[in-house]
Amino acid sequence: MSSKKDWPLWEVFIRSRQGMSHKHAGSLHAADAEMAITNARDVYTRRQEGASIWVVPSDQITASTPEDKEMMFDPANDKIYRHPTFYNLPDELEHM
Amino acid sequence: MENINLLERFDAYVAANKKIEPKDWMPDAYRKTLIRQISQHAHSEIVGMLPEGNWITRAPSLKRKAILLAKVQDEAGHGLYLYSAAETLGIDRDELIQQLHDGRAKYSSIFNYPTLTWADMGAIGWLVDGAAIMNQVPLCKCSYGPYARAMVRVCKEESFHQRQGYEIMMTLANGTPEQKQMAQDSLNRWWWPALMMFGPADDNSPNSERSMRWKIKLFSNDELRQRMVDMTVPQAEMLGLTIPDPDLKYKEETGHYDFGEIQWEEFYNVIKGNGPCNKQRIATRKKAYDDGAWVREAANAHAEKKAKRKTKAA
Repeated sequence: MSSKKDWPLWEVFIRSRQGMSHKHAGSLHAADAEMAITNARDVYTRRQEGASIWVVPSDQITASTPEDKEMMFDPANDKIYRHPTFYNLPDELEHM
Repeated sequence: MENINLLERFDAYVAANKKIEPKDWMPDAYRKTLIRQISQHAHSEIVGMLPEGNWITRAPSLKRKAILLAKVQDEAGHGLYLYSAAETLGIDRDELIQQLHDGRAKYSSIFNYPTLTWADMGAIGWLVDGAAIMNQVPLCKCSYGPYARAMVRVCKEESFHQRQGYEIMMTLANGTPEQKQMAQDSLNRWWWPALMMFGPADDNSPNSERSMRWKIKLFSNDELRQRMVDMTVPQAEMLGLTIPDPDLKYKEETGHYDFGEIQWEEFYNVIKGNGPCNKQRIATRKKAYDDGAWVREAANAHAEKKAKRKTKAA
C-alpha cells in the first residue's frame, strides 16, 4: 500500500543572509516539497541561520562519482599558471 | 586483490586525517560500525527527550518552560541530523527506528534513569550534556564527513544546554536550604551515571583500538572520563555542592583528580534493559510512533493527491 511508504528524502540548502549563496545544510524526510520547507525551517534554522531555503528531492541530484575524481580534477594540477602567484614580477611594481 | 588495494588506500587516507564521504569506498566493517555508532547516538538524542519532557508542564516559570521546550526541540533536531548522517551509509530511516523499537539498537544508558525533581533538569544539562559535549567535540574531526558535519551543528547547540543546566543548579544552590538540598540530591543521583556515559574502562572496551585507528573515536573512554572529572569538580565547588565520592582527591603529581571505583555491574545491568526506566522509555517511543502512523499516511495521501492534480492541470 502506497500510504505505508517512507516519506522521500530531500536535500536542504540554506541562504544564511541576503548576498550569500545557498549552501547545503543536510537532508530530511518529508511527504512533499511544502512540508520539506517547513521541516527544514524547524530542523536547520532554529537560531536565525536562514533567510531562504531550497529543498531538492535527493534522487533528483546527479553527482560525479569518486572513481572519476582523478579524471575530472587532476588535469588542473599541472596548470599552476592559472594562479596569479605563478608570475615573477618585480616588487616595485604596484597595483597589480 | 582489488579489495586489498582499496583497503590500503583507505587506511592511508584515514591515517592522513582525510575525510571519507558517502560514495567513497570503505570497508564493510567501517560502514557497519559507523551505522551502529551514529544510530545509537541518534537514538540517544530521541530517547533523551523523554526524561526532560517529563518536566515541561511542571517547569517553575514561563521562562524555564520556554527554555526547556527549546532544549528538547534541539534534541529532536540533533536526532534528525544524526539519522540523516546514518542514512548516507545506505540504511533506511524506518529500519533504524525498527532497530530501536525491537531492542537491536542501543541508546545511552543514562536516559533510563528517572527525573524525580526539577533539579534534575539542572543536573542533566550540567552533567549529562556536559559529558555529551566532552564526547562529541572530538567527533567534529572524525573521519566520516557527514558524521563530522552533524557533530559540528550539535556541538554548537549543546553549549546552551549545558549552561542553562548549570544556571538552574546555581539558582537552586543559592536558594533556600530545601532548594540547595534538592540540587545536592540531584547531583548525588546523576554523578555516577554521568561518568558511566563514557563507556566501559579502556581494558574492557574491545573495539576501541580499531575505532581509534579509523578515527571515529579520537580519545579513549578513560581519558575522556578523567577530563570530565577534572573539569566538573571545580564547577561543583563553585556551586557549594559536594560530589558523592569519598575517594575524590586532587593529585598534585599528576594534576588530575583521583576518583572512586565505578559500579560497572549497575552499568551493564542498565544496558541489558534492567534500568529503572528502560521499558517505559521504549514503550513511550513505540506509542508515539504508532500514534503518529495516521499522520504519516495522511501526509502521503495528501502529497499524492496534490501531485495528481498537478499532472492533470499540466
